[in-house]
Amino acid sequence: MSTTDVELVEQGGKVQDAAPAVVSRWRNPGLWLTILGVLAIGLWPIITQNAATREVFLFILLNVVLASSLNIILGYTGYVSFGHVVFYGLGGYVGLYLMSRHGAPLWLAMIAGGLAAAVLAFLLGKAILRLRGAYFALATIGVNEAMRAFVNNFEPFGSATGLSLNFQVYNNYGGALQALWMTYYILLALALLAVMLSYVVKTSKFGLGLMAIREDEDAAEVMGVVTPGAKTWAYVLSAILPGIVGVLIFFKNGKVLPHEAFRLHFSIEFIVMVMLGGQGTVLGPVLGALGYQRLRGYLLTSDLFKNIHLSVAGALLLIIILFIPAGFVGWLRHRFAILRRFLP
Amino acid sequence: MILQVEGVSKRFGGLQALSDVTFDLPERQILGLIGPNGAGKTTLFNVINGVYKPEEGRVLFRGEDVTGRRTYDLAHMGLARTHQIVRPLNELSVRENVMVGACFGREDHGLKTAGEIADEVLRFVGLGSRAGQLAGSLNVGQKKRLELARALAAQPFLLLLDEVLAGLNPSEIAQMVETVRAIRDQGVTIIMIEHVMHAVMNVSDRMIVLDYGKQIAEGTPEEIANNPRVIEAYLGDPHLAERLMEET
Amino acid sequence: MDILRFLVDGLLIGFVYGIAAMGLTLIWGVMNVINLAHGPIIALGMFGVYLLFTNLGMHPYLTLIVVAVIGLLLGMVIYVIAIHRVINAPHLSTLLATFAVNMIIIGLGTAAFSTTPRNVDFSLGSIQLGPITILGTRVVAALVAVLVTGGLYLFLYRTRTGKYIRAVANNRTAAELMGIPSARVLALSFGIGTMLAAIAGGLVATFFPFTILAGGTYELKSFVIGVLGGLGNPLGALIGGLVLGMLEGIVPYFMQTTWVPVIEFVLFVVILLVRPSGLLGGKT
Repeated sequence: MSTTDVELVEQGGKVQDAAPAVVSRWRNPGLWLTILGVLAIGLWPIITQNAATREVFLFILLNVVLASSLNIILGYTGYVSFGHVVFYGLGGYVGLYLMSRHGAPLWLAMIAGGLAAAVLAFLLGKAILRLRGAYFALATIGVNEAMRAFVNNFEPFGSATGLSLNFQVYNNYGGALQALWMTYYILLALALLAVMLSYVVKTSKFGLGLMAIREDEDAAEVMGVVTPGAKTWAYVLSAILPGIVGVLIFFKNGKVLPHEAFRLHFSIEFIVMVMLGGQGTVLGPVLGALGYQRLRGYLLTSDLFKNIHLSVAGALLLIIILFIPAGFVGWLRHRFAILRRFLP
Repeated sequence: MILQVEGVSKRFGGLQALSDVTFDLPERQILGLIGPNGAGKTTLFNVINGVYKPEEGRVLFRGEDVTGRRTYDLAHMGLARTHQIVRPLNELSVRENVMVGACFGREDHGLKTAGEIADEVLRFVGLGSRAGQLAGSLNVGQKKRLELARALAAQPFLLLLDEVLAGLNPSEIAQMVETVRAIRDQGVTIIMIEHVMHAVMNVSDRMIVLDYGKQIAEGTPEEIANNPRVIEAYLGDPHLAERLMEET
Repeated sequence: MDILRFLVDGLLIGFVYGIAAMGLTLIWGVMNVINLAHGPIIALGMFGVYLLFTNLGMHPYLTLIVVAVIGLLLGMVIYVIAIHRVINAPHLSTLLATFAVNMIIIGLGTAAFSTTPRNVDFSLGSIQLGPITILGTRVVAALVAVLVTGGLYLFLYRTRTGKYIRAVANNRTAAELMGIPSARVLALSFGIGTMLAAIAGGLVATFFPFTILAGGTYELKSFVIGVLGGLGNPLGALIGGLVLGMLEGIVPYFMQTTWVPVIEFVLFVVILLVRPSGLLGGKT
């Protein structure tokens, strides 16, 4: 009895995926395609066992996690966070602090980092999520800058000189090289987790509520969506994985400095990745992260562009904003209704 | 009594939008709420449904004082409304729009049940074939039906309809009136704000007239139609109107 | 008497902060756009003065006029190319569009000027006011700021174009219905905003050395001031600038300078939460 996508297209209607419940959410080919995509990206350095490739792809996977998480508050809920990096930075700092000053093991530090980020998101959410639009965006910038300035002065976190790990720590993980590969595996796992989380949220009742908020927050409230709680939870969910990943990366680097941990520019790049790939989709941030980092890498190494790589990226962003605001995946979904199955 | 409005007054700065509005609403009644533009009808809806908090007075829904409660609380208690200027969730499909109503309305349904309810309700309002379309791509008439479907999917006890007939042609109006009756027959109490006089007088069991925020009349449609104060509110001095008509 | 010196110095610099913030707040007030290219344009103003002074030997305060004109034209071009298309889209679009312009300018600027600090070698000596010594450049900058503010207000309230701008700021659709060419007015308003940013940059060039990235701190300060004084309120921006300048002057007296940004940003967030229309009331 339910009309298929094809029939509706023939009727000239614009088709959006029918309710997720129509197809069992775990059998959606789109989800598995995305997971396979991430695995394909992630397994490449493992197959080639190349250290340089591993570093490049580590960075890509890092951005996959951060862009996918940002998508939860930005793409699904419609709240533009310009300060997303604050969760990465704070979580990372808490974790590295526990490792360097208290000798905590990595797994514990990662959990602590994720928790710290979640708590920050919860408290922040209560305060600033009632701001709308540009005010919320400004507030997130303010929070990130305040946090950076604060950590810059905070003695236990090393103030301006930051924290560093004693090299001996890597011996606990089988030596420096082993530790590097271990970091990679964990990050790959986290990237897969980020994709799954994004998908689960999108296909859940909670996600439907978020998208209602994005479309028209007041109308959503009239329909019964408890917006304060929903937004806060979205914010918390968007903060956990960045917090965990922060610990992992700082562990790998062996150190952290305030201006590195809370780079505002990083936040903007996450937004670019989400927009480039397609906000509000599961696959979008993944492709966006991959595409943006590859482009950046190419520009930085090309003689022609290396001095103006930022300008090229900026021009690209401008073109997307002006002409393809739905991003790559979003554009594909609008254009080819058939593809919706495969591009969640 | 499903709804009791007691002495509700609402002010915006210097403007008194509502003054001392009081009425009771028994279950399964269709109440027509009319009055000239700017009389405060939508404001009254906004007070009942929690968008505004009144300066004075209270609203009791099914015996409970709900004055100033959040809109989502009222939705959970079984109160749904449509808006005068439709508010579709544009980037979601028609079906998803209605599912939001079903999921977050009176009953806490999961996605699967919500989908089933959505299918049923869409069939009822005649949007079944457009279930997969993006809400933003519908025309105004279809968006109005979507708005109604969303409200119905919440399975409310009380439904507030704000100018649900506006912009419809005569046959669409007749259809919608039948739909409203059918909704009432399923046990839902309805308050309708309307300007399409013949329709609302036809379908209402009782009517209330607002003018400049004050209740100027209450009664059956016949009583209202003959009430000089009502005529004056809409047309000005009724005797002058008669004289003018005689002159032409 | 040290604290008095800090206070006065901060106050005078505050005038320049105010001009910068005015540029940002004007654009916000007229078209609800937060110009994330604000910082780089301030930096361009700095470079403008530097280049004209060093290469053409122009007197720095004369260069300001050239810099102002270029700032105006540049802003109008930016509006037409990057912003007009998305002016009615959700906020995210204009935020990202202006940020894209930011990236483009910084990229080109770093390529053209590298990151070596530049300095405008110019001094006006100093004045003795009782126990305090004030730098001449500071005083002139403050005077220029006051002149510019006065000029802006005259323009907005005494000319017809200014009236158009205020109309569009108030209600764009109604203004269009009255026959006001809103696109041109918006382009002009954006240009005036960037012009103010460029002038502020030029004045800062007479104080401190700078790089193409120097605009960033002033941009962040402009956000704080804009919110403090009320977004959309130019006079509020000037007063906010003075307040911030003084705050920056005094705080180091009581605690380490590095705490100043913390206070600034916490204040920023708090005001956004408690009174988004700013201390002096602006457009919400």
